[in-house]
Amino acid sequence: MQALRLSAYTLTTALGRGQAPHLAALRAQRGGIVKKRWETVEFDVCVGEVAGLDEVRLPATLADYDCRNNRLALLGLQQDGFAAQVQAAIGSYGTDRIGVFMGSSTSGILSTEVAYRQRDPHSGALPPDLHYRETHNAYSVADFVRKYFALSGPAMVVSTACSSSAKVFGTAQRMLAAGLIDAAIVGGVDSLCLTTIYGFSSLQLVSSQPCRPFDAARDGISIGEGAAYVLLERGDLARPGDIILTGVGESSDAYHMSSPHPEGRGAHMAMQQALQMSGLQPADIGYINLHGTATPSNDAAEGAAVLALFGKDTPCSSTKGHTGHTLGAAGGIEAIFSALALREGLLPGGVGTSQTDPALPCNYLLHNVEQPLQHVLSNSFGFGGSNCSLVFSRVDA
Amino acid sequence: MSTAMIYLDGLSVLGPGLPDWGTAAACLRGERPFVAAELALPAVLALPATERRRVGTAVKLAMATGFAAVADAAADAAQLVNVFSSTGGDCDNCHNLLEVLASDERLISPTRFHNSVHNAPAGYWGIATGCTAASTSLCAYDATFAAALIETATQVLASGQAAVLVAFDTAYPQPLYSQRPIPYPMGVGMVLAPQRTAASKAALQLAFTRDAADVMADAGLEQLRRTIPAARSLPLLQLLASGQPGCVVLEYLDDCQLAVTVSA
Repeated sequence: MQALRLSAYTLTTALGRGQAPHLAALRAQRGGIVKKRWETVEFDVCVGEVAGLDEVRLPATLADYDCRNNRLALLGLQQDGFAAQVQAAIGSYGTDRIGVFMGSSTSGILSTEVAYRQRDPHSGALPPDLHYRETHNAYSVADFVRKYFALSGPAMVVSTACSSSAKVFGTAQRMLAAGLIDAAIVGGVDSLCLTTIYGFSSLQLVSSQPCRPFDAARDGISIGEGAAYVLLERGDLARPGDIILTGVGESSDAYHMSSPHPEGRGAHMAMQQALQMSGLQPADIGYINLHGTATPSNDAAEGAAVLALFGKDTPCSSTKGHTGHTLGAAGGIEAIFSALALREGLLPGGVGTSQTDPALPCNYLLHNVEQPLQHVLSNSFGFGGSNCSLVFSRVDA
Repeated sequence: MSTAMIYLDGLSVLGPGLPDWGTAAACLRGERPFVAAELALPAVLALPATERRRVGTAVKLAMATGFAAVADAAADAAQLVNVFSSTGGDCDNCHNLLEVLASDERLISPTRFHNSVHNAPAGYWGIATGCTAASTSLCAYDATFAAALIETATQVLASGQAAVLVAFDTAYPQPLYSQRPIPYPMGVGMVLAPQRTAASKAALQLAFTRDAADVMADAGLEQLRRTIPAARSLPLLQLLASGQPGCVVLEYLDDCQLAVTVSA
């Protein structure tokens, strides 16, 4: 494929706002998952919550978009000078030639959850301040970002559960290759809500303590929330030291709605295709940011696929112990962790994991390693058997 | 600028008063009147019995739409990259979850929860067909059909492989119906290929434009076009039904509409 340059990138999670607190947390191997009583949830739950969302105010012209998800979307846009970089790209290409492709699984459904509690007891009508189109509909976050920048190019939301905001990198790459756009804002925003907390609990997939990816005693996920954005442009603009997207692999498990194929068949295919597209061999990958949700079956399937393709040596870890599983935003957030790893030469040791599962003899990092990196693979696998792997590379000096 | 040429190998329609492409084409050519009527959806025989029992209107509609398009192209579903688009996914399922979460006993059904992901129909499609190729599920509110056509076309161009597009919409029950009044379920399917094949019916090219979107002259069809996102495809379907070359503008986003040029 034609490589794409990550011209700007930013992330906001339970670890903080923008790149700096994330790098600090990676360096200190500090996680942001806390046990608490969240919203009206009737039990204590470990969540990776973004601080300060209740105080975020949307611009008056976008007031109808007000919900937890779009507050998080706005907060994320305002970090690391990302919005200014987008304005510069608008100056270069014009508003028609920049696409907005976001991943989300929750959208702003929390608003509708609250509205259902406030239905008129007689008529059943929803309260008048609910704005379904601008908050609940899956497209709402891309619509919000597109309107925030007054863009007039293509836009959509990919909603494939936990692979959503990895797959938008593929969409942008194909759209650029077809000549329909010159740049794209990609990423993902997902926020805490009752649907995911109660839903994953019903499937008995939520841990009672902060999650422990690839640990022998792992027993489920911690749900997190976050926003990630990347500005993608043509790779031939890249300079030494820049981070570029060089491979995208997408596959389907064709197996089960909520369980991965036990041998990680779809995961294997996605990783292999991403390598093939980037023209790399498994030995070229210096670090794998695993999907690593910390459920027994997900980690077992992914571990089997990684071992089959890479063997036991390739360093790998999951940053879900740092942020929690940010679901539809996870692919975008972990793409940026991958870019930071490449830029800083920092292979992050996992948080929450103490004793790696002997049945998964991958080179899972329990401690940070500082060494130069050239190529990183990032995995995102979701419900419905939707898989996406991305390869990022650092341009040689 | 427009995309390179792609080829339409398979086409399907399932909508109110539009039970198949033959009937729809006759309505679109003005040879028979369009009368909206309830759509009967078949059980998804391709799914294992345990899965089949659990699926509702959205999955049945998406499956029937996809299988009809694949059959029309005489293609192998297991080999096709697939794109599923819908504005609301499984709306009945969403409403049920919201009701349970608003109740005193928040006992969520695990099946309802995994069916709540936007890509649930795509997941069932993979299970039903054994297809392990790339699959995308997307949404762009009223612009969802055009967004899906662009995604499918660029997939075909990038991969050099055929792909199936399944655009489907269902209605919410009340109270969300009042916020999103989609009057009928409707599905539109297309198999698109990178090269001309024996099944190819037409060649398509896509481009963005600021020209106004085309509307339907027939009041009933125009009502469908305006109220069901998948039916934003009707001007293109009408041009295809005519068998003539031409260009239509499909409704997409503010300041960005989608021009589709159809040639032989």
